[in-house]
Amino acid sequence: MPLVMDADRMGRALTRISHEILERNRGVDEIALVGIRTRGVPLARRISRSLHEINGDDVPTGALDITLYRDDLMRHPVGPQPVVRRTEIPFSIDDRKILLVDDVLYTGRTIRAALDALIDFGRPQAIQLVVLVDRGHRELPIKADYVGKNLPTSLKQSVQVHLQEIDGKDEVLIEGEA
Amino acid sequence: MTTSAETPTAAVTLKSRHLLGIAGLDADEISLILDTAEAMKEIGGRAIKKVPTLRGRTVVNLFFEPSTRTRTSFEIAEKRLSADTLSIATATSSVTKGESLLDTVRNIEAMSPDMIVMRHSSSGAPHLLARTCRSTIINAGDGMHEHPTQALLDAFTIREHKRRLAGLKIAIVGDLLHSRVLRSNVALLNTMGAHVWTSAPATLMPSHLSDFGVRATTSVDEAVEGADVVMMLRIQHERMHGHYIPSLREYFTMFGLTPERMRRAAPDAIVMHPGPMNRGVEIDSAVADGPFSVILEQVSNGVAVRMAVLYLLSGRDSVDPLDVH
Repeated sequence: MPLVMDADRMGRALTRISHEILERNRGVDEIALVGIRTRGVPLARRISRSLHEINGDDVPTGALDITLYRDDLMRHPVGPQPVVRRTEIPFSIDDRKILLVDDVLYTGRTIRAALDALIDFGRPQAIQLVVLVDRGHRELPIKADYVGKNLPTSLKQSVQVHLQEIDGKDEVLIEGEA
Repeated sequence: MTTSAETPTAAVTLKSRHLLGIAGLDADEISLILDTAEAMKEIGGRAIKKVPTLRGRTVVNLFFEPSTRTRTSFEIAEKRLSADTLSIATATSSVTKGESLLDTVRNIEAMSPDMIVMRHSSSGAPHLLARTCRSTIINAGDGMHEHPTQALLDAFTIREHKRRLAGLKIAIVGDLLHSRVLRSNVALLNTMGAHVWTSAPATLMPSHLSDFGVRATTSVDEAVEGADVVMMLRIQHERMHGHYIPSLREYFTMFGLTPERMRRAAPDAIVMHPGPMNRGVEIDSAVADGPFSVILEQVSNGVAVRMAVLYLLSGRDSVDPLDVH
């Protein structure tokens, strides 16, 4: 399975994204990070740590489970329901700039669900999207503001992101025929 | 949705498309419901207490027996999941005009609901419907048989306080004979590895209790001794067609949960009651409103647990009426 990103490159990508966030938003005032479960959550925490190292400020960080907002939920005639996990956003998102964090941007449907979920929590000043990998093939008009790596893929391929906190190892792999 | 065509699915799932009782659920299924309820509980703390999950689904609450708590709880759970809901109480339905249960339900089914939440005074009524209906049936209490969502919310509340169910000593005291809450709780707590003790006057003690691996005693003090959880059951006047107890005052003296009796329980014990409470009959007000009491938490948790059940069953849309379990 071809390795497209190792731990070093992942670390550098996240550091670069952190600098871009600071530059674009002129600091971290009014900013909060929200990671999409599962792998967006550790990525959001890492960016939060990185922002702290660069700027010295603490950025509130939350976790969002989008399962109950999925557009494919009730469309399977029979079958097990996806596991629902806790959403933890222990701060008000009103009038903040929310940085939504996910591992892979693909069809855009997860982000659509996440936007709906976030808006149920309040009215943010703005929502910006951070992804580690953008693999293309959007089915909705959605675009990332910060991208760790643009990765052209075919529809037959699958992109696997592994993170230390969950999988014991930092890497991005690409599976299947191009 | 993220990395590939694969969608994350539950490691375990509910095997039946109905929830008729705790009997038939295994430990993994019970844990799945309780874990899902934890996520659902957070929704109740939001400013906008609603998710779009069951949009376009219709849930009918069919209550052939009076209920405030359970019916309200189901209705709130359904609305928080965006289902369209309506509640039918027997006093205002055609049942009072002599229509049979099956005819009532067939007529409701002709309007294509997705789920029917049902309470009935006859044990087994929801099982009868499950055999003949296309809708998913959720038992909200059938006669003296089962009340599965009550046992699930009790377990959820215990788990929140004790972080586990296995190995706990749980005393269930009161009118055991008429109690569907007892039957569902015993089934659940046994499956999850808790030690259940029961206590009641001999007249209100079912004869077959020990078959279920439950310790039965007529001494409340023995049951409560060192208990992690004390669960009080209501004296059910409406189901008592004979003389089971000499008087309510004598019952309170012998079996009522008083602050003195609570001292025998574990220092961090919790007191539960499925409601409605008869203050001064099975429980002293000082205990019901005291520091050990989690009675109102049970009510709050009921909504989250029912949301979990509705969500988990809503994906199972089999239309074969013979697929009962």
